Amino acid sequence: MIDAPTLIARLAAMVPGASLEPGSDTDQPTIHLTADDLVPVVRVLHDTADLGFSYLADLTAVDWWPKEPRFEVVYHLASFEQSARLRLKVRVPGSAAHVPTLKRVWPSADWLEREVWDLFGIVFDGHNDLRRLLMPDEWEGHPLRKDYPVQVQVPVRIGEPLEGSEEEFRENIEMDRRTRGILNS
Amino acid sequence: MNDIPVLTTTVDKMVQWARRSSIWPVTFGLACCAIEMMSMSASRYDIARFGAEVFRGSPRQSDLMIVAGRLSRKMAPALRRIYDQMPDPKWVISMGACASIGGVFDNYALVQGVDQVVPVDVYVPGCPPRPESLIYGIVQLQKKIAQQRRVPNAAAAPGDRQSA
Repeated sequence: MIDAPTLIARLAAMVPGASLEPGSDTDQPTIHLTADDLVPVVRVLHDTADLGFSYLADLTAVDWWPKEPRFEVVYHLASFEQSARLRLKVRVPGSAAHVPTLKRVWPSADWLEREVWDLFGIVFDGHNDLRRLLMPDEWEGHPLRKDYPVQVQVPVRIGEPLEGSEEEFRENIEMDRRTRGILNS
Repeated sequence: MNDIPVLTTTVDKMVQWARRSSIWPVTFGLACCAIEMMSMSASRYDIARFGAEVFRGSPRQSDLMIVAGRLSRKMAPALRRIYDQMPDPKWVISMGACASIGGVFDNYALVQGVDQVVPVDVYVPGCPPRPESLIYGIVQLQKKIAQQRRVPNAAAAPGDRQSA
């Protein structure tokens, strides 16, 4: 039942106007989509009872620089009821690397999309909390892009600023001393 | 002279003998080198015979930090903090290629040698070094400690590292 052409036929019926292409299915069925069709198709795959792709196994990206469209966002889905896997691929150009967020369908997409933004610079519209996950917070640049200089010469940071103010620090020490134990009052 | 059971020595030599014969490391295995460090402390290679009886969990109770593995840029402040929490006298062994110079990973994510973060006494090469190599490194450290002076250098400024 699960192979790309059959699925595409069903999805085309349920999401009119979607342009879906089958991809290579050596290991799993693959469907190529556009960014605009992503959310409706994913909703159908997730919500339909007999399709039931309730598990987002992975969300990652490929940088095809210098080929355009530059980025390919890859989603790996799984359905436990059918014991089926599915791969979705969305190509976006380098100059306008925007894809809608899927974190309202699968909450785990939250951090997966943060990681893709951190390392590739692809913006997920609607995410609202895209910040660094693997790289340090104030890092500039997206390291997994093909045109990123891998051997950076950035000095190592060996100290961190105190997270609270000095008064809070002293207050905490006082509170510790007061509440430490009966003998130490 | 030969039948009087008295040994004369200097305080320096006694103290340095005691210090080098009981070096207790703090657990700081970061990556694959930690496996070889574990096997060095296990029964076949056994650093307890060289005085490193236990790996202390707390840096406050240890003398030696064996940085075993890749140090990522994000981990560098934590490494520095653990080093700062160790009381003097303290020593650092940089175990393996990644800790010594960045190893095979010359990139944005790893610190190219932990000596950018902490002062290192002995560098042990290898990827990973065999347990015997690391034991050799610890023995070299013991020889280094034997040469050091116990009495701190009076001319040093406060905050200077004096592994006396």
